[in-house]
Amino acid sequence: MLGQAFAYAVAHLHELIAATGQHLLLATVALGIGIVLCVPLGVWTSRSPVAAAMVINAVNALRVVPSLAILFLALPYFGLTFTSSAIALTILALPPILINTDAALRTVNPAVREAAFGMGMTQWQVLWRVEAPLALSVVISGVRTAAVEVMASATLAAFIGGGGLGIFVTRGFALYDTTILLVGAVPVALLTLVTELGLSLLQRAVRVPV
Amino acid sequence: MSYILDNPGLVFALALQHLTTTGLALLVAIILALPIGILIAPRRRLATLIMGALGLLYTIPSIALIILLIPIFGLNATSVIVALVIYAQIILVRNVVAGLQAIDPAVMDAARGMGMNGWQIWWRIQLPLALPVILAGVRIAVVVAIGIATIGAKFSAGGLGKLLFEGIAQAGRYDKIWAGAIAVGALALALNSGLAALERAFAVKT
Repeated sequence: MLGQAFAYAVAHLHELIAATGQHLLLATVALGIGIVLCVPLGVWTSRSPVAAAMVINAVNALRVVPSLAILFLALPYFGLTFTSSAIALTILALPPILINTDAALRTVNPAVREAAFGMGMTQWQVLWRVEAPLALSVVISGVRTAAVEVMASATLAAFIGGGGLGIFVTRGFALYDTTILLVGAVPVALLTLVTELGLSLLQRAVRVPV
Repeated sequence: MSYILDNPGLVFALALQHLTTTGLALLVAIILALPIGILIAPRRRLATLIMGALGLLYTIPSIALIILLIPIFGLNATSVIVALVIYAQIILVRNVVAGLQAIDPAVMDAARGMGMNGWQIWWRIQLPLALPVILAGVRIAVVVAIGIATIGAKFSAGGLGKLLFEGIAQAGRYDKIWAGAIAVGALALALNSGLAALERAFAVKT
């Protein structure tokens, strides 16, 4: 069956490459917006107990809701489009990035922060030159979780017109053909594994030696 | 919401089917994970190796893993249940190992010194001390399994995902999408908070 799937993939190579490109585009857009929104938000919640209690609880609840439900709910509002999928995937990317940024900044030793202030650093300098390097590895670990989640869920985006490698999955179901399903599944599995390994390496590279 | 109120029997039946599928998979997963966890917890190298391998498996998207299982188990509920067992396995083994490894070695020494045998140590020392962490694993596994079982509807495993997939297949049936999303979201949130309460009840008093 894998042999047949390979033959199908070769016969539809252009389509496969285009779908992979769109899959990566969807995931990158969602992840990019997620990072831009959640890193500053996480900095804010780590400094304000009230904000943290509200935002983190809301985001934790969001995390429990199945991703398929979140993805399909975008359809009534944004239609069968790329935008629909991008918005839904962004929502899925938010919780891990926010939670990890918040946790990373909370674990920075207060004595280190005080020493930095004592040296005459401004608030901005402390954030940028002391807290950010210390927190980076944990923040990237959140980005890694989000990236894997988005890469995986982008497969479901084809059901709501978002394209990506999921088009082979929807086609496989439409034609009741397992071979075509595999043409979608194998590249998706490989993409997520590469994402996971790549970001783990990055995370290790920026870890501060203790 | 109105769809749920108009078809309470149908939604309830689908929720029950959803719970049966996840429950069955979780049961199998727990039966497997306990002995595996107990076996590898004292052997740190083996534990790192097995957990690394399981971790990689966990990265594979559920829809892809179910599809990869089709050539073996067919396009049916079995593939979905096997995938559920695999995902739950990873979470459960990780937490069983973490729970057991967190036990203070001095406590184990004391138990042995008192003349307890292996079974007694497991039942009266290790299990109660590791239980909160193991239960946390069960809670996470249940939440993950509910989510994957939703996708399982596409592989004729039934459950609340059926409403979601019917909602997008039939033009304009957004009521079905909402009904499915609300029902499955509520189910996941309810199980999560119920199991979290159980976890607190079994927390070790220090």
